[in-house]
Amino acid sequence: MKRMQCPLNGLRNISEFVYGGQVTTMPDPATCTDEQWAHYVFYEDNDIGVVREWWLHAPSGYWFIAERHNASDEIVRTYDASECFSSRVDFSASETSS
Amino acid sequence: MPFALLKYGLSDDHPYEREPDIPAPRDLKSHYDVVIIGGGGHGVATAYYLAKYHGVTNVAVLEKAYLGGGNTARNTAVIRSNYLTPEGVKFYSASVKRYEQLSNEFDFNIMYSQRGQLTLAHTDATVRAFRQRAEVNKHFGGRTELIDRQAIAELVPTLNLDPADLPVLAGLWHRDGATARHDAVAWGYAKGATQRGVELHQLTEVTDILKEGNKVTGVVTNRGRIQCNTVVQAVAGHSALLARKAGFELPLVAYPLQAMVTQPVKPFLNPLVSSSALHCYVQQTSRGEIVIGGGSDPYPLYSSRSSLELKESLIAHAIEMFPFMSEMRLLRQWAGITDMTTDYSPIMGLSPVENYYIDAGWGTWGFKATPICGWTMAELVASGGQVPDLIQPFALERFSHFRQVNEMGATAASH
Repeated sequence: MKRMQCPLNGLRNISEFVYGGQVTTMPDPATCTDEQWAHYVFYEDNDIGVVREWWLHAPSGYWFIAERHNASDEIVRTYDASECFSSRVDFSASETSS
Repeated sequence: MPFALLKYGLSDDHPYEREPDIPAPRDLKSHYDVVIIGGGGHGVATAYYLAKYHGVTNVAVLEKAYLGGGNTARNTAVIRSNYLTPEGVKFYSASVKRYEQLSNEFDFNIMYSQRGQLTLAHTDATVRAFRQRAEVNKHFGGRTELIDRQAIAELVPTLNLDPADLPVLAGLWHRDGATARHDAVAWGYAKGATQRGVELHQLTEVTDILKEGNKVTGVVTNRGRIQCNTVVQAVAGHSALLARKAGFELPLVAYPLQAMVTQPVKPFLNPLVSSSALHCYVQQTSRGEIVIGGGSDPYPLYSSRSSLELKESLIAHAIEMFPFMSEMRLLRQWAGITDMTTDYSPIMGLSPVENYYIDAGWGTWGFKATPICGWTMAELVASGGQVPDLIQPFALERFSHFRQVNEMGATAASH
């Protein structure tokens, strides 16, 4: 079976992991247009090349980031999300509007 | 009369057609009215209906490999219309009606075989969903009903009604369910189209799209440039990559879809049988082989490789349904690249580029829609961009306005 290097648990079978979508930048829900939000929700690059993706190690409930080539299926690198996200993403969006 | 037969065999006086079904390749012309990118079922069907019903024959179908060699050859040839949304059911029912007449339409046998399709429910939630699907289907003229365990046992005596911890509770019996020879569908359309003047160019890959302002004016191929008034793209798994060349994005993600077929055995299975909870469907071809298919791969990939994990789980579930199949051997296995939308409905119609029409997002449900796709795309092209009612719900712009057509009756959708 194909295996993936989990940054927390080491080399594990691919069946223990769940794919979580491409790592994209979330627009500010309080200020972005509906169009921008729709784009964020529905569109991924879907180009051929190395893609940064969210993956979950299901048995330990641990989310991390993998860089994977989406044609050769080669996993280039896996690492903890703290490498990309240094501060907490705030979803409260100022509780304004409507 | 062996000598008479031999003599007849060696003579020139045969009743077969002298003309080849599909004419030999010619040089590309410098201009076509319509260029269709993708020589699969959808592309050649569009060309066929354009030529036959709209008199548009200055058409080139450009195929980077060979006719019907992509997902048209890789699907498992299921034809059905028992979907969930009114938009989907109306559309796929229209496709089933065209399939029923297709051999006559072509004068070419597509081996259409309407044996019915049975989907199994293993949970109460699925039974409720099936009830809804049956009612929606009946409303739009499909033949679909909910049946109980006894009726299932009578329909498919070889089926194990208590697989593992998932006893079968009920079934969605769809009499309109059918299968056909997928290659023949592409060949029939290609033959009919080329006989009416359409040019099919195989081994011709589109490498770029030419535009003037926001209007398409031609394509660049590995065999040179072509000017044209209109472009239709119907390239399945590579839809998003081609659209990017035309200058816009499609909300698609490419996932492999795997399937396999066993050695041929005596006929034992008439209907097509599918299980929502086991993510597996099984059918017997007219040659006696058992086709096994299921849901998409668990993560995206632009590759038609197979993986042992997915094959193993598909086979395990197929054997849960038909335990005696454990003694059978696999003959072939393969995969195709599907372009999945988030709502399991296609993307059809206008694009952000003028005179550039899209037929994409066919995921795991493209083959069954071939005739109606060709029919509606031809109408769209011939009318110069009037979107037929049947495909209006599938417009690309639905993803900008949160108006998805949530088609949970798709095979890849988990229930």
